[in-house]
Amino acid sequence: MNLTRLGYALAVAVLVIAPAFLYPVLVMKVLCYALFACAFNLLIGFSGLVSFGHATFFGGAAYFCGYALASLGLPTVLGILTGTAASALIGLFVGSLAIRRQGVYFSMITLALAQMLYYFYLQAPFTGGEDGLQSIPRGTLFGIVDLRDDVAMYYFVVAIFIAGFALIMRVVHSPFGQVLQAIKDNEPRAVSLGYDVGKYKLLAFVLSAALAGLAGATKSVVLGAATLTDVHWAMSGHVILMTLMGGMGTFAGPIFGAAIIVALENKLGDVGNLLADFTGVGWFRAIGVSVPLVTGLIFMTCVLAFRRGVLGELAHFLRLDRRQAKGADDV
Amino acid sequence: MEILGVPLQALLAQLFLGLANGCFYALLSLGLAIIFGLLNVINLSHGALYMLGAFVTWMGLQYLGLSYWVMLLVTPLLVGVFGVIVERTTLRRLYRLDHLYGMLLMIGLALALEGVFHSFYGVSGRSYAAPEVLAGATDIGFMVLPDYRAWVVAVSLSVCFATWFLIEKTRLGATLRAGTENPKMVEAFGVNVPLMVTLTYGFGAALAGFAGVLAAPMVQVSPLMGTNLIVVVFAVVVIGGLSSILGAILTGLGLGLIEGAVGIFYPQLSATVVFIIMAIVIMLRPVGLFGREK
Repeated sequence: MNLTRLGYALAVAVLVIAPAFLYPVLVMKVLCYALFACAFNLLIGFSGLVSFGHATFFGGAAYFCGYALASLGLPTVLGILTGTAASALIGLFVGSLAIRRQGVYFSMITLALAQMLYYFYLQAPFTGGEDGLQSIPRGTLFGIVDLRDDVAMYYFVVAIFIAGFALIMRVVHSPFGQVLQAIKDNEPRAVSLGYDVGKYKLLAFVLSAALAGLAGATKSVVLGAATLTDVHWAMSGHVILMTLMGGMGTFAGPIFGAAIIVALENKLGDVGNLLADFTGVGWFRAIGVSVPLVTGLIFMTCVLAFRRGVLGELAHFLRLDRRQAKGADDV
Repeated sequence: MEILGVPLQALLAQLFLGLANGCFYALLSLGLAIIFGLLNVINLSHGALYMLGAFVTWMGLQYLGLSYWVMLLVTPLLVGVFGVIVERTTLRRLYRLDHLYGMLLMIGLALALEGVFHSFYGVSGRSYAAPEVLAGATDIGFMVLPDYRAWVVAVSLSVCFATWFLIEKTRLGATLRAGTENPKMVEAFGVNVPLMVTLTYGFGAALAGFAGVLAAPMVQVSPLMGTNLIVVVFAVVVIGGLSSILGAILTGLGLGLIEGAVGIFYPQLSATVVFIIMAIVIMLRPVGLFGREK
């Protein structure tokens, strides 16, 4: 357990000094996706609920936050809170419908409702349709710190990320989180023990939606934009891949998954060009614009050969935490 | 003659378009239901297989100069064989695990398939014409019926009915249904269940490919044509439930009609009406219209 603590201390230290040797905007992007994936993991890894529509919370919050900042002129923190609250409400709506069914139906309902909201964002007047919202102002932190400075913004994002991550850990270790684990392992038994399973699932769903919203709202402030890509179902697939790749049901796994996927997307064009130069096959240049092909193949590889994910495999290898490794095995 | 300010001709034309769309919903949800019955996996790559069907047909027409009628037979076979290969090489390894992994694998396959066609053909749509025999329209008195749509409706309904008959009324279908209920027991009777599973997946894939061939002259052939459609089909499946073959077919047709009708009076809502109906059905009858309580 001490090793785990050491790991977290090290991670925080790395985050603090990261701007010295990495481009802050890239790291901020990773952190936003990482928080998104951790929020998703709260459902898939710790509650056994598989949502295929999580993009709607991530991207929806980005729209609401962007609208609050750009059109209503709210302060940055209030804008992010608006986005988070909006996602929590949408999560309440989607969750209360989805928990009425189990298994594959749950997943299909979340996917279908997310698609319905996608059409809503496509047509609603405040989202800018195909163009999305552009030039969302970063503003200031409580009127004191100017967030247009990348480094200031960076530490703000780090603070949000750590707060969100700590909340997830707290939730999982709380009695509430233990009940979620029980529901995941054996729902009928949890029912027979007298737990109102529906209420627990719904609360977990709303919490996850809110945290995904927090991540999405923060991302819209970092990049100054909210677009349809963020609410598209492919983004829901993306967050599943990040979580799977890092390790479902491990705390820090999704962070690794997010980092790997974001880095990959950034470098894919270069890799494609390199392959094209090396082999003389011009088609490889298309890899840069056809990210889905590569993510799809990685997805299949992960499912077939690498189910525990980066951190899960590592934990399994080191036998660091038997429960975690086991958890990843029987998700 | 007008109904609510809409000329009857236009109304019927829209409804018929809705019915044609409903046929695609029916064909696709039928495939999903068959695969789910035996594999317990929702085939999330179903939309990509439908897209594959449309593209294979387009390629056959474009590069090999084959006729539509040849492709109508060849494409489902090719897509079916592709399905068999996928099942044998990848999906099969995941049966002993949680069904979640099967679904995740299918998401990956869908992304990869879309990505392949995207890298070659971009996002722009391609089209091919309906065969000449079906290019015109027939005046049947109260409305003008586009021949190709009429053909789509007729042939899809026939295929749906044939599939229903095969599964519900024949001995082969009985074995299949028994496999759905209790695969171990069926295996004990000497049936090669793994082979049955493989062929079932291949058949479901072939149905999706078949729908792709039919759809291509009506819609643009593009890498993304499958996913937008399949999410609607998932909603259809939630509404109808996966346990009844007939239920899947009827729900698909009915929702296509409703979508067509909504398109006449309130076009903005036509993309979302199926999802709204799904939400209402979940609230009133969580197991779905044709679902059975387990």
